This record gives sequence, C-alpha cells and structure tokens, in this order.
Amino acid sequence: MQSSVNVAGIDIGSRSIELVVLNGGGLVHQAKAPTTFAPLAQCEKLMREVSAEKVVATGYGRKLFADSMSRMDVSTITEIQAYALGARSLFPDVRTVLDIGGQDTKVISLNPAGKVAKFEMNDRCAAGTGKFLELMATALQVPLESFGEFALQSDKRIQINSMCTVFAESEATSLMARGESPENIAMGLHLAIVQRTLAMLRRVGMEAPLMFAGGVAHNSCVRRVLEDQLEERLFIPKNPDMVGALGAALHGRRLMLQS
Amino acid sequence: MSTPYDSMWEKLNLDLNAHAGLLQVLGKFYGDIYLSQSGRLRGMEYLDFVLSEVHGLRIKELQDAKAHGKKVIGTFCVFVPEEIVLAADAVQVGLCAGAEAGKDAAEKVLPRNTCALIKSFVGFKLSRLCPFIESCDLVVGETTCDGKKKAYEIFADYAPVHVMEIPQMKNACDRELWRAEVLRFKDTVEEATGNTITTAKLSEAIRLVNEKRRVLQRLNRLRAASPVPISGRDVLLVNQISFYDDPVRFTANIGKLCDEIEGRVRAGAGITPKETPRLMLSGCPMAVPNWKLPYIVESSGAVIVGEESCIGTRNIRDLVDESGKSMNEMIDALVDRYMRIDCACFTPNTERLEHIVEMAGDLKVSGVIHYGLSFCQPYAMEAYKVEKALKSADIPMLAIETDYGMEDVEQLKTRVEAFVEMIR
Repeated sequence: MQSSVNVAGIDIGSRSIELVVLNGGGLVHQAKAPTTFAPLAQCEKLMREVSAEKVVATGYGRKLFADSMSRMDVSTITEIQAYALGARSLFPDVRTVLDIGGQDTKVISLNPAGKVAKFEMNDRCAAGTGKFLELMATALQVPLESFGEFALQSDKRIQINSMCTVFAESEATSLMARGESPENIAMGLHLAIVQRTLAMLRRVGMEAPLMFAGGVAHNSCVRRVLEDQLEERLFIPKNPDMVGALGAALHGRRLMLQS
Repeated sequence: MSTPYDSMWEKLNLDLNAHAGLLQVLGKFYGDIYLSQSGRLRGMEYLDFVLSEVHGLRIKELQDAKAHGKKVIGTFCVFVPEEIVLAADAVQVGLCAGAEAGKDAAEKVLPRNTCALIKSFVGFKLSRLCPFIESCDLVVGETTCDGKKKAYEIFADYAPVHVMEIPQMKNACDRELWRAEVLRFKDTVEEATGNTITTAKLSEAIRLVNEKRRVLQRLNRLRAASPVPISGRDVLLVNQISFYDDPVRFTANIGKLCDEIEGRVRAGAGITPKETPRLMLSGCPMAVPNWKLPYIVESSGAVIVGEESCIGTRNIRDLVDESGKSMNEMIDALVDRYMRIDCACFTPNTERLEHIVEMAGDLKVSGVIHYGLSFCQPYAMEAYKVEKALKSADIPMLAIETDYGMEDVEQLKTRVEAFVEMIR
C-alpha cells in the first residue's frame, strides 16, 4: 500500500460520531460531532473535511452509513471488533477492554494474541451508561463535563439502589428532600454505575491489563472509584472516545493491505 | 378485505378485525424473512403454502374432521405423547404461541415478568386471535415450569384443559409417576373422543409418529453437509410446521424435500459459500412466527446448522421402540422414550449438556448461540452450565436473552455480528 492512501474509520454511536483518518501508520485527522437526530448529515459534514480511499464504519449507525454512502468504498465492523483493534494498537498488552459509551457498556476480553475471546454488553436498557450520567447531571444541575469532579467532593458514600434512570432520579430527589448534599448524591450515582460495571467485568472473567475507553472514561469519578474497587490501574487513552473510530480505520488499513 | 374463510372464523368467534391485522403482519414478516431468501429449494413451496394457509385451509381441515366426529387436541409441549392422540383417532395440533399479538390482554391476568411464550398462549385465547385454540376440544398443559403450571389454571377458565404432571428427576419413582400420567392421559383422551385405544391403533400411531421423526432426522443429517444446502430458517420452519400439519402428508412432503436436498448435496451446491461460519442454536423453543433470532444470525454472515430445542432435535432425537405387542409393552415403550427428553425442567440435566457438545462436534459448528426467553428461569440457569461444557470442548458460546418484541433487534444484531467476527 502506498503511504499516501488515506483510510478512515467512523464510529457512529448513539450520542456522538467520531472520525479518524490514517495514512500509512500515522494519524492524519480526527474529529468528533454530536449524533443529533440527523446522524447522516452529521457524518456527511465530518466526511466533507477529508478524503479517504477506504472507509470503515462502526457503531449503531454503521449499516445506515454503509447503505447511504454509495459513492465511497465502505465496509462495516461491530464496535466490539473496533474497540478491540483500537485498544490493542494503543496498548499492545491489553487483555480486557471496558467501554462505556452513550447508551451501552461493553466488556471485551482479548486472548494473549489480541483476538476477541469473549464479550458482554448491557441489555436493552441504558442503565449505567453515559446517558444515565447525563440525565443525573441534568437532574442535579451540574454540567456533564464536571460531574465527576463534583462527585469527588463528596464527604460520604451513600448507596443508590436504583439502576433504572427513572427510579434513580426519584431516589435522588427523595435523598435531596432528606437534606443529603448533591455531591454525596452524585457520588452515590457514580458508585451505582461502578457496581454494575464491576459485575459485568467479573462475568467476562477480567484479566489485567485493563483499558477503559468510551466517553465515560472522561469522568474522573468513575475512573477513580473503578481503580479503587479493582485495585488495578486502568489504562486510559488520551482520547478515550476515539478508540472505536481508530479500530475501524485500522481494520480498513488491513483490508487495503489484503486487496 | 374478505376471504373465503371469514364465515368460518366468525363461527369460531375470532375477533375478525384484530385477526385480519395479525394475518397481515404475519404475511409481511414471512415475506421479508422467508420469501426474500435466494437459492431456496423448490420443496419449500409446500411449506410456504402450508404457512400461507395456517389459519385458512388447515383450520378448514380441522373443522371438516370435527364435522366427521373427530376431536381436536391442542398441546404446548413435546412431552405430550402424540401417539395416544392419534391412536384415539383424534387430531393433535401443537399450539404455536410465538407472537406478541395478545400481550396486552395477557398482562391483565398474568404478571408482567412472565415469559413471552406463556403470555402469547394466554393472550391468543383472551384476544380470540387463534383459530387453532378455538378449534380445540381439549388443550393439554403440563408442569414443565412454574409459569406454565400456574398459567394453565387461568387458561382453564376459558378452555377445557388437561394438565400432565412432568417429573423433575429421572429416578425409578419418577418413571412410575410418568407412566401413571401417560395412562391418565390415555383415559382422558379416550373419554374425550369416545374411542377406545386398541393395540392395533396404538402400534400404528407409534409407527406413524416415528416416521415423522425419521424424516426430520434425515433432514438434519442432510443439512449438516458443507456447503450448507438449506438455511437454518427453513429447517426451523419445517420443524415448526411439523407440530400442526397432517402427519402423513407432512412426512411425505418433507421426504420429497430431502430428496431434493440430497441432489443438491451430491452436486456440492449450497445456499452459502463453504467458508461461511456454521452456528448452532440451543435453548428455548422458537414457535411460529418467532423467526427473529435466526433471521438476525443468517443476516450476519453465518448459517444455522442445528437447533437444540423442543422445536428441533429435542422433539425428534429419540424414537419409540416399535417392537411392543401388548398394550403394556407399548405404553412402556412410550414412557421410556418420553423420559429421555432432556428438558431443562429436570434436575440434574447432564444429558442435555452431553447432547449439546456432541451435536456441536458432529455438526462442526464454530460456535453456539444459546437462546433464552426473558424470565425463562430453567434455561437461563442452564445457560451457565452449557457455556462451561462448551468451553471445555473449545466451542465459543454467545448467550442471548430476548422476547418477541422488536425493540432490541439492533442490539442483538451487534452482539451476533460481533460473535460471528470473533469466531471467523
């Protein structure tokens, strides 16, 4: 393959779309946009900025993208495969990948050779995902970006039992009515997410080293509490939400090399 | 839109509007999932026809039989010995319970966290949507799980029900219980039909049902070829229809289908390329029109080569010994055959694990998808043991839990596709 060939990976998730363009081994472009209710228009906008010989789409919108972008050479892979490939390239020893995105949580177990050996995804409900955090931050009137820091200011750990977003919100409301501080409630909500995530990690039979990716990896409280409970250092990439798009682009490069 | 069957459905007291809606949805669903397949066998036209007339011609046949004094007996479970029903000159129909249509009505009388299959049969009855249920002179329930057991108590308010007690273990005393239950069922059927089951009739019925099982076994042997000559969806449909079609006609037509497949296998032809990943389904039954998961699997670049399920190998693996001469010997042969069923209602149920591993090996699958209906505790619990057994045989497994709703299709697609990517 000539080094001048651009290969793009696009991860069309429920909340955001990420784009990565590789040329040879190097990253030449990355961009991000909210998914909105017009995901294709958002994809078009991102794609207009770049030229790519090959595009690999992943995420919930992968089929929609592949069906609509007939002018491009598009392949698709699932986000499981994309995260596995992306994580492995950023951290070659990684054995477990945790990805908490906008509406789902994935745990991927890799064998020593880096192949997917097993995976778990949450059920149809978005409990314990980015969407949960987003709604709870709104309920507590804290900006999503600083919700983790806010929770870390808590002075005690209270337990929130509901994982259902609707019930958790009413549980938070009744805690507020009892005079509990918003910081402590925020911490309780973060702990609830971590508990759910730990159960999933254990089901897959987690092995270290472990990478934490997806948008929720930006949240300092989820990170801190997870590391505490696991007694394990988490590897967090610089751009945790770009891992899927990177993996898709890497898959595209592999396809180009094969052809 | 009027059909030649409207007056028949009206006589059966169906909710005509809702029923027309159901048929329309079913037709569309069938078109998308079945008729869209390429390289389909000519012999599947028979199945297409039977399915297109599922609530039409087949029901008319049942009404005609009833007009000639025959009784129609509906069942929900592979434990109910069809041989007894046929020996009493009655017609047995497996009631399907694979659609969500009557869910709202069902949830008025059942807890919401009840499995989709139970909700379906109760819902169909309460919503007056199923001409099979309405044609039944007797519905046979069984105690395979707590949900079904208690639901039949409610169902019995609306239809005549006979419940068979299924043993939960396989000791000598359990066999005694089952033998007593088979005899009690025989009495009930004789009373309902007014016919006495003779040794000649029972012997003939045993042979007839064995023939049906044999042709399905032959189909399963043929489909195991590589490349795969028939889609998993089509074989599932054949198994589904085996529960309600006329057994003699069904066996003859599936025999012809098998002849055609044999030709295809001899020519080395298949519906997918040789390297297509081969998968096996295992777990809860998929009743008509529950084609959701097979469709997702076969749209994700894999092909299904086996169904370890009641609507699959569990129903056809074992034959009844045909050497019995006296009534006692034949009843014993029936009892022994049905006691071999490896349903998740038994404890322990190690035979099922052995069967799954053996089947996966014989079929040379690269993975197994374990299918559980939400809230089906016996199969959900066994999924763990199945995964462990398969792991020791180096066969990966994906556990799926879902129901008849369509809202999780995208999530399921991602899981199934990721599993196919993983095993490829």
